Amino acid sequence: MGITVEGASKRFGDFQALNDVSIEVPNGSLTALLGPSGSGKSTLLRAIAGLETLDGGRVLIDGEDVSKKPTQKREVGFVFQHYAAFKHMTVFENVAFGLKIRKWDKTKISARVHELLQLVQLDGLAERYPSQLSGGQRQRMALARALAVEPQVLLLDEPFGALDAKVRKDLRSWLRRLHDEMHVTTIFVTHDQEEAMDVAGQLVVMNEGRVEQSGGAADLYDHPANEFVMSFVGEVNRLGDRYVRPHDVSVFLDRDAGDEEAMVQRIVALGFEVRVELVLGDGTEVWAQLTRAELQKLELREGQIVYLRSSQAKSFSDETLVA
Amino acid sequence: MRTASSARSRWSLRTLGLGYLALLLLAPLLLIFYRTFEHGLAPPLEAITSPDGLHALKLSLLMVAIAVPLNTIFGVGCALLLVRHKWKGNAVIDAIINLPFAISPVVIGLSLFLLYGTKGWLGPTLSEVGIEILFSVPGMVLASIFVSLPFVVRETVPILQEIGTEQEQAASTLGANAWQTFWRVTLPAIRWGVAYGVVLSTARVLGEFGAVSIVSGSRSGETETLPLFVQKQFDNFNFAGAYGASVLLALLALTTLLAMNVLKRKEDA
Repeated sequence: MGITVEGASKRFGDFQALNDVSIEVPNGSLTALLGPSGSGKSTLLRAIAGLETLDGGRVLIDGEDVSKKPTQKREVGFVFQHYAAFKHMTVFENVAFGLKIRKWDKTKISARVHELLQLVQLDGLAERYPSQLSGGQRQRMALARALAVEPQVLLLDEPFGALDAKVRKDLRSWLRRLHDEMHVTTIFVTHDQEEAMDVAGQLVVMNEGRVEQSGGAADLYDHPANEFVMSFVGEVNRLGDRYVRPHDVSVFLDRDAGDEEAMVQRIVALGFEVRVELVLGDGTEVWAQLTRAELQKLELREGQIVYLRSSQAKSFSDETLVA
Repeated sequence: MRTASSARSRWSLRTLGLGYLALLLLAPLLLIFYRTFEHGLAPPLEAITSPDGLHALKLSLLMVAIAVPLNTIFGVGCALLLVRHKWKGNAVIDAIINLPFAISPVVIGLSLFLLYGTKGWLGPTLSEVGIEILFSVPGMVLASIFVSLPFVVRETVPILQEIGTEQEQAASTLGANAWQTFWRVTLPAIRWGVAYGVVLSTARVLGEFGAVSIVSGSRSGETETLPLFVQKQFDNFNFAGAYGASVLLALLALTTLLAMNVLKRKEDA
């Protein structure tokens, strides 16, 4: 079931949360809405679910205009950042909720709930209450609850935002595998570009209530449409009006024509990769991403004068590539 | 040193607090119990089981049976309105709901008197169609509702604020309509607040004297609730009856409180 949003606008008082936003989410895809806080990504997701009403524009699910439909009739699965677990119900009752509303009979409900609890690896915890679960378990329960009713689309609002780094990473790859198995059209909201690239096939980058660019992860990284996308998707150095990725900065000990002189300020070893912080003659701070082998070959020390060559620097003012 | 001195201050605070409670709350109550049963069970029992006594008990329970359910339904609805549907009028509604807390019950009784009396705004009109509010049960019910109105609202509002709207939103994404969401998600989440409001309302209605006294006319065997009965027995120097009815009132209130505690403990277990 594809999702289309056309010209969506939404104001909260003086704040323009969505400003003429249009997106296209293909059937069966896994799409990330990526942007800083206040960019409108959560509002857009909630508008698709009907949890916010739009001031203007339309939402189409599988070609049907659902803008006037109340949330309970849109058949969307929604997962909240803070789980929204029904605290007075057991894990079983939480997952069974949507099925009870649909008046399934008891044996069918029980079979379906246990099937889902197995899927999210919570079987055995069916009689627990949400307060007796860890954050990761609660979020998996919330996911099982959303999937139980076989929604047309699955919407996740910063689903891993409240979890610690290790659990977050596990759940990410788990969500991706789940999507590979179920093929339900999924949109998830995140402010973490690494998470978006890790999980999603398609990214929609949002900023200040607008869509800046959408496309595949590699496409956004290699061909950013503007400065915002370039700096939000991946690391970036700014050199005047040019932008360059840290791994496109090469460090040399001998000067060549067009090289920039710089002094090594600090060398930070981050496992396989090394972060070399440098300062240019005009005081601009940049950093280069090197491998350990490269660093050892150069024998860099802090305070040393080196020469920088940057391939692939981009300038957005005249929309041309400065090589 | 620090722990020793903080332990000492904790103990003196505790002693002070308990002493204050014992002197002001427990001592008078215990004295009533003592006086009631000073000459055995017979005298208070006789007073309570007299026709007037039994009627007063029945009337008090009737007040609870009518006023408390009405205030519960109104209170939950009103709390939902205040918390879930923000608009400018909310501050005014909020202030009005607190009026019964702020105004003396006697004044409440007088205002009802002015409204429904023979020279009041509504009294004559209602009288023409055969409805008598004053000096009869309807007036007493109105007074009881008035004085106990804020409890359920006040106990429910903070819990509604605390649970937020996410659980309700989750229910709607799972296909529940507003009514199903209320019964299956909202009400179970706020039930202890509502229960506490019900207990407080019940205690208030049972004990109400001032407002009911003015609108009822306090006719024995007809418009006399238990507190009015206590007053009348006391005025007539029938102390056994006054003490007996007082103890009955206190026991009713205690039972309500205990019932809630038992329910709550069962829930937590």
